[in-house]
Amino acid sequence: MRKNGEKSEVGSLKSADRSDFRLQASRFRRASVVAWQILVGVVALALWQGLVSLKLLDPFFVSRPSDIARRIATWIASGTLWPHLIVTLEESLLGLVVGAALGIALGFVFARSPMVARVFDPYIKMLNAIPRVVLAPLFLLWFGLGIWSKVALAVTLVFFVMFFSTYQGVRDASQVLIDNVRMLGATERQLVRHVLVPSALTWIFSSLHTSLGFAMVGAVVGEYLGSTRGLGYVISQAEGTFDTTGVFAGMTILGVVVVIVSAAVTRLERWLLRWKRDER
Amino acid sequence: MGVGPHAYKEMPALELDRVCRDFVTPAGRTYRAIEDISLAVEAGAFVAIVGPSGCGKSTLLNVAAGLLPPSSGRVRVDGVDLVGLNRRATYMFQQDALLPWKTVRDNVALGLTLAGVARAESHARADAWLARVGLTAFTAHYPAQLSGGMRKRVTMAQNWIIDRGLMLMDEPFSALDVHTRQRMESELLALWDEATAELAENAENNHALRAQRAPRFKRTVLFVTHDLEEAIALADEVVVLSAGPASRIVARHPVTLDRPRDLMELRTTTAFVDLYRALWAVLREEVVKSQRHA
Repeated sequence: MRKNGEKSEVGSLKSADRSDFRLQASRFRRASVVAWQILVGVVALALWQGLVSLKLLDPFFVSRPSDIARRIATWIASGTLWPHLIVTLEESLLGLVVGAALGIALGFVFARSPMVARVFDPYIKMLNAIPRVVLAPLFLLWFGLGIWSKVALAVTLVFFVMFFSTYQGVRDASQVLIDNVRMLGATERQLVRHVLVPSALTWIFSSLHTSLGFAMVGAVVGEYLGSTRGLGYVISQAEGTFDTTGVFAGMTILGVVVVIVSAAVTRLERWLLRWKRDER
Repeated sequence: MGVGPHAYKEMPALELDRVCRDFVTPAGRTYRAIEDISLAVEAGAFVAIVGPSGCGKSTLLNVAAGLLPPSSGRVRVDGVDLVGLNRRATYMFQQDALLPWKTVRDNVALGLTLAGVARAESHARADAWLARVGLTAFTAHYPAQLSGGMRKRVTMAQNWIIDRGLMLMDEPFSALDVHTRQRMESELLALWDEATAELAENAENNHALRAQRAPRFKRTVLFVTHDLEEAIALADEVVVLSAGPASRIVARHPVTLDRPRDLMELRTTTAFVDLYRALWAVLREEVVKSQRHA
């Protein structure tokens, strides 16, 4: 993405060559990272499979990769996976959106009004310290067995991550930028829009990956503790029958989904923070 | 009072009247940054403020900008007491103040965008300004992709586009290398001369127009620097501040060099050197004092 000629006052041919070279180098680096990633995965799985085949590990406790793969294939082929996966994704997404909206909004309010921040500070800390598993039965009671008890659990996890990073991001906005925009005629609202929000976005996005993981955790734990659908339900059913293959298959799917969604978030982040890419 | 050839006889564009500004130190004590500063800047004048580092130059400028209220004393802008931000002034900061997440064009157009000017018009006007500062090829770039000198030019365009009468500048070029710096000084003077030339032309052609539009074109500059050479080269008048704390004005000296000035040659002329000697005699004492404190 970097065009070298831009830095010097007059672009030169030499720097164009150099940027070509750089592009190639970075492509090569990316390819070698992917190669290593695949290698690590293959070695780990082979080791697992090998240890089970050699009877050094008992498949009753840890299953084996080939069985897990076969199980996943069956689920996909029979179509039993999709309803569960869709429910889990739905809950996570709702939890993420609601939690992020609340966290960002409250983070802004706290950052902009120190009095509110000071008054509520101990309560925020108290709430954040509550182990979420303790809340799950309460939410079941309040919101029922359906998706909303899981969404609520995801929200409690996502909210705090988003809240703290927004608060930090707004407080962190450069005073010179604020002064400059005010001198250029910005109203309080314009200041928020043109300086504080973009400044906080950096922080918000860097925590979006964490939040996404938390949202999935909230949804799955909620399902695990009481539901009739979702990946958490699948895993808990498998555990109930000592079906370790089913448990590992469920966890694998969860992991793969997180990696895919995370890659999408990275793309979005790269686009939204494109101004940062060439920073020295 | 030393005012330049472009000055007009009317009320001062900016008037500081016995202004003091105190700060509370972390230890809880009161620190007086500037004391009893009275300074009137005529409309259309280019006034430079020099002083040793830590003498409260930036504080003075922040007070003039309305970013800091004075602890005592008054600030008047075009004869009116200043309340809140100074809406008749632009401020060029020492640090980079471009929004890193906006393109060069959007940064230049920012003041217009904030004032509610339609996108198409603000972009067209931004592009015109970018052409004027020689950055047409970089409109879609982000500030991080530019050199320091280019960023300063974008900042100048950003400030000039909103066309306010008073321009406050806080060591705007101090972070640049010597040659880039001299170039930026020349460009600044060229823009300023251009604006005043437009004014003179309008005045000649149409007296009614002059009365009506003169304030729009008359640019008053208050330029803070620690570099005496820069101050003399640019300004109509040099104001010397004493070493802090509690800085006061210790000298005011008119600069009677002709305009337009050729900054490449100016510094070696005898007129310049004489001025430099006279002012350095005053400034040196303050610099020595400030070093003793530090």
